Amino acid sequence: MIEWRWHLVWELAPRFTDAAGKTLLAAGGGYAIAVILGLVLVLAQRTRFRSLTFAVREFVELIRSTPLLLQVFFVFYVGPQFGLVLSPWTAGLIAIGVHYGAYLSEVYRGGIESVPAGQWEAAKAINLSAAKTYRRIVIPQALPPAVSGMGNYLVGIFKDTPMLSVIGVTELMHTATAVGAESYRYLEPYTMVGAIFLAISLPAAYLISRFEKWVRRTLGMLK
Amino acid sequence: MTEDMSRYPLRLEGDDVPMVRFQNVTKRYGPLVVLDQLDLDVSPGEMVTIIGPSGSGKTTVLRMLMTLETINGGVIYVDGEPLTHVERNGQLVPANSKHVRRIRTKIGMCFQHFNLFPHMTALGNCMEGPVQVLGLSRREAEERSLELLDMVGMAEKRDEHPSRLSGGQQQRVAIARALAMRPKVMLFDEVTSALDPEVISEVTNVIRHLVGAHHLTMLMVTHQMGFAKEISDRVCFFYNGAIEEQGTPTKLFENPERERTKQFLNAVLDAN
Repeated sequence: MIEWRWHLVWELAPRFTDAAGKTLLAAGGGYAIAVILGLVLVLAQRTRFRSLTFAVREFVELIRSTPLLLQVFFVFYVGPQFGLVLSPWTAGLIAIGVHYGAYLSEVYRGGIESVPAGQWEAAKAINLSAAKTYRRIVIPQALPPAVSGMGNYLVGIFKDTPMLSVIGVTELMHTATAVGAESYRYLEPYTMVGAIFLAISLPAAYLISRFEKWVRRTLGMLK
Repeated sequence: MTEDMSRYPLRLEGDDVPMVRFQNVTKRYGPLVVLDQLDLDVSPGEMVTIIGPSGSGKTTVLRMLMTLETINGGVIYVDGEPLTHVERNGQLVPANSKHVRRIRTKIGMCFQHFNLFPHMTALGNCMEGPVQVLGLSRREAEERSLELLDMVGMAEKRDEHPSRLSGGQQQRVAIARALAMRPKVMLFDEVTSALDPEVISEVTNVIRHLVGAHHLTMLMVTHQMGFAKEISDRVCFFYNGAIEEQGTPTKLFENPERERTKQFLNAVLDAN
């Protein structure tokens, strides 16, 4: 029988707190990139320029059809061969931000396509500019149906941050593996990683569903 | 498009310039010709009603004028200036979006399904254009919008969202929203078709009032033959992408010349 060593847990607590902070930073930073990039990717697919639309569409498909781990390796290990030398943190944030940006662009696309054609026509009939049509008419209506997908991917990006451990970002997974290598104890560090993920994911999911309801109510979607 | 543009005037001048002119306008969807070389003039202040069977291209006429559809041939003029084209080096070339936006301010439109913005109140819907497009202050826009909401009998519902309004109420707000932009031409695209019979008069009364009180040029597509007869200066019967017959309501409804017009009117009047 392997016994559970509480003293190890207390000993490791500060290191894991620090690592949890870095995990949250990676998830938050990556998500911030993804939220903006996703918007750029979806708007680029809606321009009049056919070749741009086509290129962006293919790029999104490429990113969605290949593993995140491969993309992380590409940015970190293949990048330098083309003169693009990045720190693990930068490479990790770019990879995860682009990966989730591609997914979020699809969420946005679904939201935008759910806005009826009549809304675009009414905006045109009062002569709103294209930018204002998006900002004032389309995005406020596209947001409520998109919020739940956006929330899912926020939890998803958080759970995918361990991928960055393979290029040396010292987040939770990386820390647990290092502890294992030093002390030959794996039970406590990995259990702690699981517990911390759970402790953050569950409340986050709850808060997201609350936020979703709030958005629907605030934007007057009382259908 | 390899059309010879020299036959189209750069602008319309003279004593009786029409408010709207369709000159030789063609609209196709792929191989399907929806409108075939349409010529139609509408004078300032005139109320022209378009009737005809579905698929005859009548709604397309309004949608082209609102620039919701592009045209495949011909030129549309609004208030003497080309809408679909712009002059470059003494010739008409297809208009850029800046030009279209400038001319489009003269046109307002109401839709069959109202298309109010669901995330804004009745007042917010009316103020959107004046504030965001015309650059009015919120106070001026509110004043103008309230006046119009009052005119359509919706002032009390100013703070309601569209989801809490009936179809007739929504359509009246939509009329106020369009008028808040002070257009010279108003387009009504089957504005009563989606309404329950008992509320149709709410909307037709507003339009009736507009005809009497404002010097607006109006184009209306409708299936309400009685209303068309009562209110129009001229009625155009569309068939198969062309004007089959047009004239005063009395002439067209009581003394139609063309066989197709008679058939259509008989079919419609039988159904009522």
